[in-house]
Order: sequence, then C-alpha cells, then structure tokens
Amino acid sequence: MALLDVEELKVEFPTRRGVLRAIDGVSFGIEPGEVLGVVGESGAGKSLTGAAIIGLLEPPGRIAGGRVLLDGKRIDNLPPARMREIRGRQIGAIFQDPLTTLDPVYPVGRQLTETMQTHLKLSDADARRRAVAWLERVGIPAGAQRVNAYPHEFSGGMRQRVVIALALCAEPRLVIADEPTTALDVSIQAQIIELLKSLTRDHGTSVMLVTHDMGVIAETADRVAVMYAGRIAEIGPVRAVVKQPAHPYTEGLMGSIPWIERKVERLRQIDGAMPRLNAIPPGCAFNPRCPHVFDRCRVERPDLLDAGATRAACWLHDA
Amino acid sequence: MRGAARALARFADSDFVYSFSRSPIAILSLLVVAVCILAAALAPLIAPHDPFNLASLNLMDSFRPPLLAADGEWTYPLGTDDQGRDVLSGIMFGMRISLLVGVASIVFASVVGVAIGLVAGYAGGTVDAVLMRVADIQLTFPAILIALLVDGVVRAALPKDMHEALGIYVIILAIGIARWPQFARTVRGSTLVERNRDYVMAARVIGLSRARIMATHILPNVLGPVLVIATLTLGLAILDEATLSFLGVGLPVTQPSLGTLIRIGNDFLFSGEWWVTIFPGVALVLMVLSINLLGDWLRDALNPRLR
Amino acid sequence: MPDAPMLEVDAVSRVFDVSRPWLQRVLAREERLSLRAVDEVSFAIDRGATLSLVGESGCGKSTVARLVVGLFPPTSGSIRFEGQSLSAARAQPALRRRMNMIFQDPYASLNPRWRVRDIVAEPLRAFGLLSGRDAIGDRVGELLRQVGLAPADGEKFPHEFSGGQRQRISIARALSSEPEFLVCDEPTSALDVSVQAQILNLMKDLQQRLGLTYLFISHNLAVVRHMSDQLGVMYLGRIVESGPAEEIFSAPLHPYTRMLLAAIPDLDMVGGRTPVAGEVPSPIDPPPGCPFHPRCPLANARCRVERPGYTPTGDVLVACHAVEEGRTSP
Repeated sequence: MALLDVEELKVEFPTRRGVLRAIDGVSFGIEPGEVLGVVGESGAGKSLTGAAIIGLLEPPGRIAGGRVLLDGKRIDNLPPARMREIRGRQIGAIFQDPLTTLDPVYPVGRQLTETMQTHLKLSDADARRRAVAWLERVGIPAGAQRVNAYPHEFSGGMRQRVVIALALCAEPRLVIADEPTTALDVSIQAQIIELLKSLTRDHGTSVMLVTHDMGVIAETADRVAVMYAGRIAEIGPVRAVVKQPAHPYTEGLMGSIPWIERKVERLRQIDGAMPRLNAIPPGCAFNPRCPHVFDRCRVERPDLLDAGATRAACWLHDA
Repeated sequence: MRGAARALARFADSDFVYSFSRSPIAILSLLVVAVCILAAALAPLIAPHDPFNLASLNLMDSFRPPLLAADGEWTYPLGTDDQGRDVLSGIMFGMRISLLVGVASIVFASVVGVAIGLVAGYAGGTVDAVLMRVADIQLTFPAILIALLVDGVVRAALPKDMHEALGIYVIILAIGIARWPQFARTVRGSTLVERNRDYVMAARVIGLSRARIMATHILPNVLGPVLVIATLTLGLAILDEATLSFLGVGLPVTQPSLGTLIRIGNDFLFSGEWWVTIFPGVALVLMVLSINLLGDWLRDALNPRLR
Repeated sequence: MPDAPMLEVDAVSRVFDVSRPWLQRVLAREERLSLRAVDEVSFAIDRGATLSLVGESGCGKSTVARLVVGLFPPTSGSIRFEGQSLSAARAQPALRRRMNMIFQDPYASLNPRWRVRDIVAEPLRAFGLLSGRDAIGDRVGELLRQVGLAPADGEKFPHEFSGGQRQRISIARALSSEPEFLVCDEPTSALDVSVQAQILNLMKDLQQRLGLTYLFISHNLAVVRHMSDQLGVMYLGRIVESGPAEEIFSAPLHPYTRMLLAAIPDLDMVGGRTPVAGEVPSPIDPPPGCPFHPRCPLANARCRVERPGYTPTGDVLVACHAVEEGRTSP
C-alpha cells in the first residue's frame, strides 16, 4: 500500500472575479522509501500541491475536492490541531528559504529539542544528545558547540542543513521538500542533495521533492510527475520521463534545457507561456503551444493514459 | 477622449475601487469629508446667513438657542452667538478657512518633504546625514511648538499692519514647516529601496542625470505612501490650525476658523450657551476623524502586503 | 587595427568600503572594512563574440558587469572600448550609446509606472537619436517586433506581461540605441527553463543578425556553455581560469573549474555528482595565498602563502600552482 495517496486533489482560490482553480484533479501515490519528484514551471501548481498535502495552504486558498490519504487514513479534512501533530511527526517539511523555517530568536539546538520533544517522548538530556547528533549527521562540524548558535550565525548552506535536521529529527515517514536547493550555489546544491538522499535512504523516508530543476530530479528521484497548469501532464519512472518523454510538453521541456555535456547550436523551444489561471484554454491546457495539436485536443481534456513506460495526459496516446 | 474613458473604466474596475466599495467605514468617511468640502466650498452660496455682513447682524438675535433646545427655531438651526451670528453659517465659513489652511500647509509640507527626502535618499552620504539629522531634531519637538515658533518669528519680522493681510500665509508656512519631516523620512525610505532597483540602474547605464532619474523614475514610485501620509497629516494640520487659533495666535478674528469659533464659544460654555462652542467642536471632530479614517483605509488599500 | 578587441579590461580592481557609519565605527573602535570585490581582472572580447564570466555568488562577476557599463569606476586598472578609455565615459555619450545592459530580474528592471513604449524609447530620447512622436513610435514598434512582441504591446504596462515577455521588453530597450555591445547580467536566471530557451535563442539570433558582442554573466555552467566563445571562471574576485570555452569545458584545468563541472546535476544519469567540499569564504577576509586553497584537494604549503600567477596552457590561462607544477592528482 502506498504511504501517501493523493486522489483527484483540487485547490481553489476565491477571488472577486470568480474562483480560480489552481490545482485541478491531481492524483499520485508515494511508496514507502520512494522519492517522487514533482517538476514544473512557476505557476504549474507544484508548490501548492505540497502545501495542500501538509495543510499549509495560505488563505483564501482551500482544498475544494479530492482526498489525501496517509497510510490509508484521510488527512485533508483533519482539524488544525490534529494536523499539527501529523506535521513534524509523520510529515516533515523543507522549504526554499531556510530563514522562514528557522526562528531567529532561538538557538538551533533548542528548535531541534523542542521539535523532538513535541513528537517523541524524550528527556531533556536525551533530546539534547540527539540534537547534537543530528547536527553532526547533517554535516555541521563541532555540533556540540554549534548547538547553541543562532540561525544568523550560520551560512546559507549550513542553515539549509539545519532545516533538514529539523525536518528529519522527529523521524517522519514522509518529507516534502519544496525547492530545497534553489537559493543555494551550485557547489552547495550538490552537497545538500547528496545529504538529503543519503539520510532519507538510511531512514527509509519517502520524499516528495518539488523543484523546477530537472537536473536535481534526474539524479535524486525514482519517479517524477511533470505538472502543467494545475494538472499532471506526465508521470512515470524518472529515466523514462527524461529519456523518452511521452507528453509533448515534457519533450519540449527536456529539449529546452541546455546540457552541460554537449553543445547544440539552438535550443528546442516551446513558444508562448503557461496560461494564467484565469485563462486556461478548454480541452488540453497545453494545446495552444503543442506542435502535435489536433481537433480533439481543443475540445476534450485528456486524463492520464498509458504511454509506454510512463502515463501521459495526451490524446496522442489514446489507443 | 477614448483614452480617458478607458482609463476611467479601468479605474472603476480596479482592486482599489473594489476595496473601497467593500469598506463601509471608508464610504461613510468619504461621505462626511465630501459634505464638509461642499459646505465649505459653497458656503457663500448656501449658508443661511452671512456672518461677515455687519449690516445683517442684530444684537437682538444674540444667544438664540438651537433646535435641540426647547425654544429653538428654524431660522437659526444651531443657534446664534453673542453677536447674533448664525452658528451654522459660522461653521460653514470656519470649515472653509480650516480646510484651506490645512490643505495648503500639507501641499507645502509635502512638496518640501518629498524634495528633501528624494535628495537625501538618492544622494546618501553626508547630504543624507545632515538632512535627516535636521528632520530628527525637529521631530523631537511637538509640531505645534514648531508652528508657534515659526509664527512668532515671522510676526516679529513683519510690520504690524501686514499681520492681518498676511496672517493666513504665515499660518500655512508655520504648519507646513512643522509637518515636512514625516514626508521627508518616508520618501527617503522608499527612495533608498527604489534607487537600488534595476530600472534605476538601467537609467544610469544610459547616462541619465541624477535629477532626471529622481524626477522621472523614482518620484512616481514613491508617491503612494506620500498620499497616505498627506491624508493622515491633513487631519493633524487642521488640528494644528485649530489649536493655534484657539490659543489666539492663529488667524485674525476677521477670518474665524473652527478653532476661533471654539475659543469664542468657550467663554460662554459655563453661562449656559453651550451651543456656541459645542457645535463647531463637533464639526471639527467629525471632519478630522473622517479624514483620518480615510487615511487609514488608504494605507491598507495601498499596502500590497495587507491585501 | 581591424583585429583589435572590442572591449579590453586590464588589471581592473574594485574595492568597496563596507564599514559601518563613522559614528558607530568610532564608538565601537572598529577599523575601516573594505571588500575587494574584483581583484586584478583582465580579459578582452573580440567584436561579434561572447565572453562569459561564471562563478558562484560573491565571486565578483556582477561587479565586473557594472564596472564595464560605468555604473561605478574601477579602483584601479583600465577598461577600453575600441581602444578608447571608458573612465571618462560619463562625459562621452557617443561611446555610452554603443553599449547597454540587460538585467537579471525582469520584474525589477522595468519601471512599473511607465508604459512599455516609453521604457523602450527612453534610450532613444536620452541620446537624442530620434525626435517626433511618429518617428519614435515607429521605431519602438519595430523594436518590439524584433524581439517577438506586437507593436500594440507598447501601450501596456509591465505588470501586464509574463517574466519572459518582460525580458523581451528589456532586450528591445537595450537594443533601441543600436548598440554594438551588450552586457547581460544573468539574463535568464529568473526565468523558467522553457522561457529561458526562448530568450537564449533570441539573444543568439540577434547576435547573428546585428553582429552584437556580448559580455555574458551567469552562474549556470550549462547556459554558459551554450552561449560562449570565451570563458572566464571567477572565484573570490579573481579569474582563476580563462580561455576558449570549448577547451575549458572539454579539459578543465583549475581544480575549482573541475569541481564546478562535477557539481552540475547530470541529466544523463551516469553516476552521481561529486559534491564540492566546503563553502566560499567571506570576501571581506579572503584566505592568504591562493584564495581557493581551503577547499582545494591539491593544495600544499606553497598554495597557502603564495598567490599563483597565470600559467598559459595552450590558449588557456590558469592561476594554479598545482597546474604549473604538474601536480594534477592529490
């Protein structure tokens, strides 16, 4: 059984010009120990999907339909107090900017012990010992001294290490990491990804890795979901999606990435831009930019269909 | 013409207007302010009596009670004062003076403050330090004290026969000087943010002069908060003027503002003729309160973070 | 001299005063603090070519861009444009007209209160190149078409456009004074990949069509490889390796370049990447000797005290004792 099941999730934002549907029927599952990459361009709804799962949607955003199941139990309709218990204990979260996660007025050690003692039964001494151990485990040297340091005394990369320790210290079964490396330099990025990979592998933690960086997904994820305009365009094993994309959008996306390994004269480009939420075209949302568009695409919206090794929401794969 | 119509349509459809239409307090405040402005602007046309026309005054009409009292009559709905002047008409003409002085001094304060703030923020360094310390020092004194000081200095410098003719300009100057630092501080803050933005860099790359960058690029982007402060400070400026007039150092008695009316009426408060001072007081409070509520709403509506 | 480079940057340094205000400094008995953001950087760009500067945040690449367009003067060294010194360039609009700059964040580089047509026309007016509403309007329409927008878009305000469209507006503006040289400071870092591809393709097309010369600043090695003829790798204010881009990408010499290349996520998924150890030290207090030595697997005693000069290796210049001495494995 999957650890996390998202079924037909819909997220809406009521505005004075009508309701905007930012996520429109997203379904996927994450197995225990699996890393699912969620990739897409800004506005595709990838971060919102993560926020909806952990119950951190910014009002007036709201879940307007579908279900989220953790271990077969619904968590999308829990009261806030119950959801807080699940956050941290069952689901950890890592965000792009470590400064929004870390409280600037407390030493990092206290934030770690507090998180652990909220969720696990630990004596003060035990919690402190574990906090030091966690700092060292995430690669912060001299953890015993650094445990009393404040967030501003750490560099950007070190802060993101603290955030990872904070997300993992209550031993959750699922971690939602939203652009964990986007604010970091390339060399630090590699360190953080490596760390996240090894820690989650050791603990058998499942990861939902939300990012716009296909390179990060390619070397980290087992499966990947490509989002476009609030829906999943394609989902499947990472190798298949990267090497033989079945959806024209994924294909265009892969072609538009400049590769370090080889030089091409011109990048493949997808013309136009992702539609704004208030102007999503009927039929397949990608149809105005699609090189393979035909009549059916303009009127009927495709659901995920079997497309070789992956599943793609594209009428080209309607057998 | 079509452009103007389109701009108007876009304005009517904007979030700004929408937010206004959803705020009963803002609507009510704007209504009160509009009534005050209309009453003041049209006072010579619509006031039931002319309090400045000595020929129409009759001492027999002095201290007529308002309608609220048992023996009030419709001729003088808010009663009359010791000279037999209609209180309602007095308030309308008084508001005219109060609003005129308030608006003019805020225009003066904002022009001076915005210019100083822009220069301080854009130039930085010593210029900034000097200008801002001056503002800081001035902010440690209550505005009314500064206004009193300016008023006193200018009066001493002017020949006595010019006091009456120039009185209103002196008071505008005094309140304007007392109120510029807040504009300067705010504009300097916004300028510090804007001057490091890439569009200013882009203008510097093509070699535009500092003055041109300040006027065409930075100024339009720092005016939002200025509008808010102008509205909030307008209320204060009107109170400054009322205080000065109440203290008797403001406008000459021939141009009675709301403050003057309150001072005059104050003498009769304990002899039972309460209406002479209470009604101008209520008018002043209503007007200033509405302006401030409008300013509060404006601040929230223009602050994208609160939306 | 038909073969003289278009832009020559010769031993340019820039020091910033980052000390606290005078009074606070005196009260706390602190010394003045200075930050050497750019340290003796030299390079030359040929007409019609693209030179890229690449490095992590704080390496000084954006400061070089700003020095070149004259946003502030170098502390020492000289910058020459077609042989003429740029130091007095504020007084030389004729020279200034021939270069322009594209910025990173298309949300900040366009004045939100201006209409697009005025934004694009600003350089035309500033240099007095065209006068009359109709002439300027026609030219703006032509410029917008050139970058893939419609002339009617000139009536709109920047917030009505997406990030990619705004970057097109920036490019149209940068091209309006018909410059020959463009400084591009991370022009696609704020954009999504599919939009990045559009902008990079557009920039390449424009370069070919108009014979533009680019100084391209980026932290993204893949983008840099796609765009560059020449490459300079920067670390803590210095260029540590420079030369023809293809040579450096196929056979990187400096340990820092090699680490950067190894750190790139691998889309081919053949083996994981090798993370670089450590972080960039503070430029206010850079390490003595070679600035990279605390992170370098090849560092020895000499690297810790003596700053390396440039060793020519083929067409490539490398500032590394290990390369000079032939110690290429630890």
